[in-house]
Amino acid sequence: MSQTAADYISINGVFKHFGDFTALNNVSLSVGLGERVVICGPSGSGKSTLIRCINGLEQHEDGIIVVDGISLDHRAKSLEAIRSRVGMVFQQFNLFPHLTVLENLTLGPIRSKNMTPQAARDLAMTYLERVQIPEQALKYPRQLSGGQQQRVAIARSLCMEPKILLFDEPTSALDPEMITEVLDVMIGLADGGMTMVCVTHEMGFARRVADKMVFMDRGEIVEMAAPDVFFKAPKTDRCRTFLKQILQH
Amino acid sequence: MKKLFALSILLFLLTGCSSEWGWYVVNPANKSGLINLKFLFSGYYYTLLLSFTSIFISVTVGLLVALPGLSKNPWLRNCNRVYVEVVRSVPILVLILWVYYGLPPITGLEINVFWAGVIALALSDSAFQAEIFRAGIQSIDKGQYEASHTISLNYRDTMRFVILPQAIRRILPALGNQLVYMLKMSSLVSVIGMQELTRKANELVVTEYRPLEIYSVLVVEYLVLILVVSAGVRWLERRLKTDENI
Repeated sequence: MSQTAADYISINGVFKHFGDFTALNNVSLSVGLGERVVICGPSGSGKSTLIRCINGLEQHEDGIIVVDGISLDHRAKSLEAIRSRVGMVFQQFNLFPHLTVLENLTLGPIRSKNMTPQAARDLAMTYLERVQIPEQALKYPRQLSGGQQQRVAIARSLCMEPKILLFDEPTSALDPEMITEVLDVMIGLADGGMTMVCVTHEMGFARRVADKMVFMDRGEIVEMAAPDVFFKAPKTDRCRTFLKQILQH
Repeated sequence: MKKLFALSILLFLLTGCSSEWGWYVVNPANKSGLINLKFLFSGYYYTLLLSFTSIFISVTVGLLVALPGLSKNPWLRNCNRVYVEVVRSVPILVLILWVYYGLPPITGLEINVFWAGVIALALSDSAFQAEIFRAGIQSIDKGQYEASHTISLNYRDTMRFVILPQAIRRILPALGNQLVYMLKMSSLVSVIGMQELTRKANELVVTEYRPLEIYSVLVVEYLVLILVVSAGVRWLERRLKTDENI
């Protein structure tokens, strides 16, 4: 695949093993600024591992990952530089349970961006309004519903003002009635021009926002296409079978 | 309050049950009994000072020892293991004697009874504290570290603001246990002459020849102390429990 200067993230020939298990097998992918990429595939196909490699939560083996011109080499400096540009939203939210919503949001800006507490609070309130839960600011995470918690987690990432957001199955741990509220927030972000890489099985969302669909299986990118092509005419059997299974309902 | 009431009844019953008892020796109603009682109670000062100083140091040292035990570096982990295993296997009484009689000639420092006691108690307890902290920190979900990474917190801030506040809430019952244990073990420092509760009782026994009554008072002294401290720890646990999921 072609690599251009406009690629904000470029992943080239990346491998990753967990013991004997090959999680990533020669994966290459590029994401431009403002682009929305949705990655799907059966469980264990390496989707999460791939996006966790982008911000160094997993250490890739062979291959090169470059984010905004910075090569990810797992030294503290490059990790720090890349993580300040890349936000992440987790399946399990990973909010800090001992801190209020507001404290969850302001911790990063205060400690790692040296913002004053007041400026950080103002920023946090702006993003809490963006995810439509400013009234929950003083509650603890456990007092919120799953959907609200995930929206707080999104706001926490946004408070770091990242250039790109990674979503690792953000709705998979939610009750069905709460999925929409989180997807609505994500659609809002996409419409606002945020660069996003989403691992998700929400194909309605994918159709709506994706610029590029990626299908992974057994640690490889099997198919990559624009959504209209991807959903209408999948090229491989594996992708066709997968889509059939998840679009059944 | 109820407990204290029950205790006073128990004492009253004990008083009446045998002609062997001679409570005059600690009876506040007569002058010498009051003096003796005050003498015994004055031991609280050093028991408390010694125990709290030691627990403060041992918690600090324990945390500093626990952190390398969680490192990816095998050398740091080994340092932690060696410290814990060595310190844990020396009996406290032996450590007290060794610190008091052995450390001054080795280091050339003069160590008084109080600091010898503090060093021995803190050293001994720090190995247990290290294990408690390690278990507490290890019980925190990996996702908490990952979330901290993604908001660019460094190691120190991750520990200080995310991991330790949660870990400490979880290990609070164990820390309370250690505090109670420390209060009791401080009695051993009496052997090198520390004027704490046990030593005071021993000295009074030597002059008054009434071990039964005096040691009974000593038992009650420790009992009251520990009950009060336990209640304090439970209060603290309730106060810090802002989140039941922690």
